[in-house]
Amino acid sequence: MTMLLAVLSPFVLAFLAPALNRVLGDLTPWVLASLPALLFVFFAMMIGPIAEGEIMFATVSWVPSLGVDLAFMVDGLSVTFALLILGIGACVVLYAGGYLHGHPAIGRFFLSLLLFMGAMLGVVLADNLITLFIFWELTSFSSFLLIGFNHESQKSRDAAIQALVITGLGGLAMLGGLILMGRATGTWSISEILAAGDILRDHELYLPIFILVLCGAFTKSAQFPFHFWLPGAMQAPTPVSAYLHSATMVKAGVYLLARLNPALGGTDLWMMTLSIFGGITMLVGSIVSLMKTDMKLVLAGSTIMALGALVMLIGIGTDYALIAMGTFLVAHSLYKGALFMVAGSVDHEAGTREVPILGGLRKLMPITFAAAAIACLSMAGLPPFFGFIGKELIYEAVLGAEWLAALLVVLAVASSVMIFAVGGIVAVRPFFGPEHPDTPKHAHEAPLLMLVGPVLLAALSLVFGLLASPDGANLVDIYLLTPLATAIAGQPMETNLHLWHGFNLPLALTGVTIALGVLTYRTWDRTRAFWQALDPFIFAGCQKWFYEKPLAGLFAFADWLFRNIQSGNLRFYFMAIFGATMLGLAATIGVRMTPADFAFDMPDARFYEWMLCILIVVGALGAAQARNHLTAIITLGIMGYSIALLFVAFGAPDLAMTQFLVETLTVILVALVLIHLPQRVFSPRGISRARDLVLSGLFGAMMTLVMLAALRVDQDLFISEYYAANSVPKAYGTNIVNVILVDFRSVDTFGEIIVLAIAGIGVIAMLKYRARRDEDDDGTPAPPPDGEPATPPPDADADPPEGSAAAETTHPEDPRDPATDAARGEEDQADPSDAPTGEGDDATARVADAKGEDAVAESPDEQDEAEDGATAENTDAEMTADAEDPTGGTADNAPQDEPKATAKAEEAPATDDATGEEEKPS
Amino acid sequence: MLSADILLVLPLLIPVFSASIAVLFYKSNVAQRWTGVVGAIALCIAGILLFMEVRESGILVTYLGNWPAPFGITLVADHLAATMLVLTGILTLAVAVYSLGAVGEREEHFGYYPLTHVMVMGVCGSFLTGDLFNLFVWFEVMLIASFVLLVLGGRKIQLDGAFKYVLMNVVASTILLAGVSILYGITGSLNMADIAHRIHDIGEPGLVTVIAILFIIAFGMKAALFPLFFWLPASYHVPNIAVSAIFAGLLTKVGAYVMIRVFTLIFTEDIAWTHEIILWLSVLTMFIGVLGAVSQFEWRKILSIHIISQIGYMTLGLALYTPMALAGAVLYVAHNIIIKANLFLAAGIGHHLMGSYELKKLGGLYKYFPIFAAFNLLSAFSLAGVPPLWGFWAKFTVIFSAFQAERWIPAAFAIFVGLLTLYSMMKIWMYAFWKKHPEGDVPEHIQKKKVPLTMMIPVAALTLMTIAIGLFAEPVIEIAMTAAEELLEPERYIHAVLEAAP
Repeated sequence: MTMLLAVLSPFVLAFLAPALNRVLGDLTPWVLASLPALLFVFFAMMIGPIAEGEIMFATVSWVPSLGVDLAFMVDGLSVTFALLILGIGACVVLYAGGYLHGHPAIGRFFLSLLLFMGAMLGVVLADNLITLFIFWELTSFSSFLLIGFNHESQKSRDAAIQALVITGLGGLAMLGGLILMGRATGTWSISEILAAGDILRDHELYLPIFILVLCGAFTKSAQFPFHFWLPGAMQAPTPVSAYLHSATMVKAGVYLLARLNPALGGTDLWMMTLSIFGGITMLVGSIVSLMKTDMKLVLAGSTIMALGALVMLIGIGTDYALIAMGTFLVAHSLYKGALFMVAGSVDHEAGTREVPILGGLRKLMPITFAAAAIACLSMAGLPPFFGFIGKELIYEAVLGAEWLAALLVVLAVASSVMIFAVGGIVAVRPFFGPEHPDTPKHAHEAPLLMLVGPVLLAALSLVFGLLASPDGANLVDIYLLTPLATAIAGQPMETNLHLWHGFNLPLALTGVTIALGVLTYRTWDRTRAFWQALDPFIFAGCQKWFYEKPLAGLFAFADWLFRNIQSGNLRFYFMAIFGATMLGLAATIGVRMTPADFAFDMPDARFYEWMLCILIVVGALGAAQARNHLTAIITLGIMGYSIALLFVAFGAPDLAMTQFLVETLTVILVALVLIHLPQRVFSPRGISRARDLVLSGLFGAMMTLVMLAALRVDQDLFISEYYAANSVPKAYGTNIVNVILVDFRSVDTFGEIIVLAIAGIGVIAMLKYRARRDEDDDGTPAPPPDGEPATPPPDADADPPEGSAAAETTHPEDPRDPATDAARGEEDQADPSDAPTGEGDDATARVADAKGEDAVAESPDEQDEAEDGATAENTDAEMTADAEDPTGGTADNAPQDEPKATAKAEEAPATDDATGEEEKPS
Repeated sequence: MLSADILLVLPLLIPVFSASIAVLFYKSNVAQRWTGVVGAIALCIAGILLFMEVRESGILVTYLGNWPAPFGITLVADHLAATMLVLTGILTLAVAVYSLGAVGEREEHFGYYPLTHVMVMGVCGSFLTGDLFNLFVWFEVMLIASFVLLVLGGRKIQLDGAFKYVLMNVVASTILLAGVSILYGITGSLNMADIAHRIHDIGEPGLVTVIAILFIIAFGMKAALFPLFFWLPASYHVPNIAVSAIFAGLLTKVGAYVMIRVFTLIFTEDIAWTHEIILWLSVLTMFIGVLGAVSQFEWRKILSIHIISQIGYMTLGLALYTPMALAGAVLYVAHNIIIKANLFLAAGIGHHLMGSYELKKLGGLYKYFPIFAAFNLLSAFSLAGVPPLWGFWAKFTVIFSAFQAERWIPAAFAIFVGLLTLYSMMKIWMYAFWKKHPEGDVPEHIQKKKVPLTMMIPVAALTLMTIAIGLFAEPVIEIAMTAAEELLEPERYIHAVLEAAP
């Protein structure tokens, strides 16, 4: 329970943070930082028992139906991470208090930061795969909010979404891997999986699990080729970079690999993949750091290098490698956290992070400089700092690698050389020499809040190095590395760190590293162009091919697809719907029915029954062939009457009466309406007519077939019999139809009565409730149409839906009139550079690839959109007939639309899609 | 405690009663408003009582007019139906309160309230009915009410959208009617339990499967499955935002619900074919729906086209046809009713403040309205299935079931679509909330605006609901599991309806 409280407390505090900030003011960082500090002590007290081999568990049931528990496990690996998260977290909270002092949104910042802290703590402590995933995702989202903290900058937003997409995709892939893992082992519990030995390695799902988990780890930990999001994430405020994007979150992937190493590791695939990708990432990261001049980006590159090194070490998997991994992990978090904060302080005080225009800060910011110097010496791998031990161990590990040792040694040395130079770039260059004249601000020492963190972390780099110096089992070995390495290896390990290894190959390599490193640093100004030339291959290229291009391609596809299927063409919709229905029916009949199923007897029909059937068919064909509405409605009437007569023939006079009435009324009413409309002659074109005929004919045939098959089955008439038997005695009615309607199935009737009532309301609403011109969608007065009085034409509202009424809908925008703004901006289609805003309204694009006639349908809906501020669906192709109509007034179109509109007017009669009924607004 | 007979008819009586009162007082907008709120509260309570009774005594049945099944019309409530009713009640209440601030007087005057009540009645009827033809009638009720709601306002895009909406939905109804008739022709019954009882004994498995296709098409259109969804993007963004919200929350879900109903109760013989078809339609629906959403730049359109994608997850759960998968489907439907509507309501607030739904014209909402922004963000996260919100459990259950069933491709799509969902939601976030207002800073008169409490409270309440259910998911998942078990044992339903007949 205490453990649960410990993990959840940052979340609680997070949601209180904005309020606390309002109350406490400048005290806030101190108060907020006390929580991670307290938790640090809480977890630090577990170190003793853990060093003795204990593992602590705590489980609280959460969603037992799915086997998801709030299960936590603290062993050497998780406690190390937890302490890093909390310790650095406390420093970062303080630092942020100084860095963002007075920022209006600092409360929200702390909210996200603490949210992240809780989530990250959850990731490293979780003992349940799904719980781990949940916290993992939460880190991605809090990272998203933090990277986008400066949300008004386009760059920040882009970087935030880029990081979210990359890590989100990886995370979701990982979820797949975790589910498979649970499926293979039958448990969500990580500790059980780790104890299960070779189950996963021997499982047939090993490969998919491996790949999916790797997707999660590699994206999160910025491994090549996904590394590009990390420098992008430097858009975040510096405290965030120091915390999430160097010390903790980006190490979540490393954590996951280390955590699962006992269960998944040790296979050839694991070793090869991890060491190769890790090695490449290491090299790529160091090159990236040399090509940048912004201190944060330089550091981001070196973080990529470190992450690569960690992954590589896990891949190598020897005892030495795992110990090296543990050492380097801690060393890196300490010095990199400190260096990021230093970079932030420099930026804060001097107004820039650009190394070439910085200098001489040593005297102005002595304490910051001291922290920077120590951290850098550790990063450069010089004794007696902890980083030195880390680097020596890496050399030993690559020298002892079972695979590709030579290659890995070269990669490791090359990277170390460059990182050595990076140390110079961020800790020597800005601080030594004379003050640079181009520095924007005259720097002062950073405030106290911003000194605590870097000084503390830098000091620890030294302390750990010194503590690890004595030969034999020293404090660092006992309490940190032995439990850590044991947890990663999944079996007891002995570690024995010391500064002095004697004169051996790693030391020689260190010598080489220093020599070359100094050289690289001295020539950095001249060689930078060379490093930058590699950009297209190792950085921008990856971003382009692994993020921008696929995403753009997907969106282009989405756009194209949706423009084409949601085209606004009702006829196409019906074709799709009926086509799908027929396809489904035909396929099902094909696979599930035999010809015998259709072996019905020819119905024994009388002559007049046949005649009626023929009349029905004739009526239908007549309606299909009709050249105007009136003919169509009358031929449909013929069909309806014939059906009614059939009812008579089958002895259902009530039904027949109803049908007669309905048909008569329909024909009369519709005809009355149509008489008042201009009679337009359909202009059918052979192809589209034929297509429609085939489609509807096939559909009718299919339905008939199904009906015939169904008619073979003898219907059990028990319900009719029941009605007949009970109508009089129980329902007291002698007309069965009536009794069915008002008693047996009265609720149906009730429902239909409501339908009628609503239809009545609808008629009133449609007749009386006309949109006023001042009530357009955006609630702002619509601008007057060009050259027209502001009042709308009186008949504007009576237009049938198809009526696009171009005259009143498109208005050349008046950029000076703020009142038109709302409506104006909606006219997105007026700007060809705009991305499409709605289904099918990207007229420009479509015209481009349409073959003339297909482009016909566009204009009306654009005008709709212009008017209504929300894109109407593309009006149907038939609606283009408006263009021909002088009253449609397409000529009033905005200038951009004019050529199109004209073309349309000419083409409409001849086009394929305009062949349907051309209903005309009155 | 009220008897089952009363509990089952209340969800129909309350809306029709509210609608009648609203019509009677059509001159007084105030009276209509309060009828709306009170009626919604009553519906909410009725739903909860019904749900509690179902929890207690299992499937409830009532025989309208006391005509025994299968001769009269039965109303049936199992776990699934009762859950849907509770959510319908909650959503109706939220929208009723929201409407106080969001619906214009003229819309009120021309029947907004009666229409909403009647539509909700149709929804409740569809959830409760145990009779296929009666289901058709409720569909008609929903259709006519929603059609009029769509045109209410009389703007041209509304007429255009409503026109397409009604045409395609009439086609769906016709296909449904054809399916029901043919089914009646071979079984002689319209009662769903009775059909389920008889259908296996007819000895016409092939024909039954063919009829099942008609139902897939008809319900697939109602639910907006690919390639039958065209009516939805054409119409959902045109009416008042409160109407959009209730449409988004309820209408397509009714389609998904009835699909789950008949494909667990009636058409269970040929799963290898029917459910396989539903499976791949679901995959396509998920994917194409989300592609449609990411390609939009209008707030309501992103949301409405997104509905399609989400429906795919629901029917995917149905198609996988395992207890866990069906539980996932139920969770998904339930979650979507609430959260989708809530996102629309939030969009309405955005529009209220900024005067537009076009993402390019929005900006700065996060800076000046952080609380509203937080609610919207959390709802959007929930929709995208971000843990630990409600939506995550729904998505996780479906994906998990797909993996369990070794359906790798659907599982992969479900995962990938989740990411695109997130992307499309973040698109709204980045444009409307994070980005600067196109005029530089947000104009001062907008900065000073306050979100009306009547609009904010529903959004806040529904958001908190998804958070609470996300954090304390067990009871809800347990209910979904129970519902799924019931669905997979149709004998219980059949028995409850047929054996208990008077």
